[in-house]
Amino acid sequence: MKAVVTVMLKNGVLDPQGKAIGQALHGLGFGQVGEVRAGKVIELELAETDPAAAKTAAEDMARKLLANTVIESFKVEIAA
Amino acid sequence: MKAAILLFPGINRERDMVLAVRQSFGQEPAVIWHKETELPAGTDLVILPGGFSFGDYLRCGAMAAQSPIMRAVKAHAARGGYVLGVCNGFQILTEAGILPGALLRNASLRFLSMDTMLRVARADTVFTSHWQKGAEFRAPMAHGDGNYTADEETLNRLEGENLVAFRYADFNRNGSARAIAGIFSPNLRVLGLMPHPENLVDPLMGGTDGKPLFDALAAA
Repeated sequence: MKAVVTVMLKNGVLDPQGKAIGQALHGLGFGQVGEVRAGKVIELELAETDPAAAKTAAEDMARKLLANTVIESFKVEIAA
Repeated sequence: MKAAILLFPGINRERDMVLAVRQSFGQEPAVIWHKETELPAGTDLVILPGGFSFGDYLRCGAMAAQSPIMRAVKAHAARGGYVLGVCNGFQILTEAGILPGALLRNASLRFLSMDTMLRVARADTVFTSHWQKGAEFRAPMAHGDGNYTADEETLNRLEGENLVAFRYADFNRNGSARAIAGIFSPNLRVLGLMPHPENLVDPLMGGTDGKPLFDALAAA
């Protein structure tokens, strides 16, 4: 079973990478681009068959290591 | 004061730290590999030096914070032992939850390699007793992620409880909240800061601005 953990900087936390990407996109002529936020996607192969258990385990991993909850929020999705 | 300097893979400032400690303490610090599970008996001060532990993978200091030795460091801090974290060492202390807040990418997105001026917020601590309160000194910086951040409540608490150790005195180049360059734990026995006092401890290095930190610790 695969868990996909998406880690993003919390709202209100300055994201200079997102800002730089936004400026570069404007430079390429994509004038419609507003705010850009950059984050991370971490895929985990889990030896689990129960989606609920897999999600609980992945959330525990996110809290303990994958995300720094002082500055980041995370979302876990289970892909069969 | 018996010091132990921690060595994680990717750390590159440990020899600078050994030099600074040797010079002020008059004795050789132990250098401890991160896979050890115990500190040498009688360790008074644990130092986490700068560098790029584990290649800064995931987040600066995130991997090192999980190293076996960190369990011993947490126990050392919990029983009131002294801990000094510089640059990546400061990042590791925040990732390990020993100090609050986090270090974000510099606001300019640029790696900063230059001197900065620091202002001493209080001189009544074991780390800062050889400076005057309000004194300013020069310290080299070399970091990409030195932008200190914490939620408003934490920042207010740090200021309210007088736990800010140093602030950027000239120009807050990395964008740190409230120009914070270093902070203390509530018992004033853990200090984390981004700039490198250990790189200015001998006239041959171009100055001795950072030496009071090590002299103060030696005298404690």
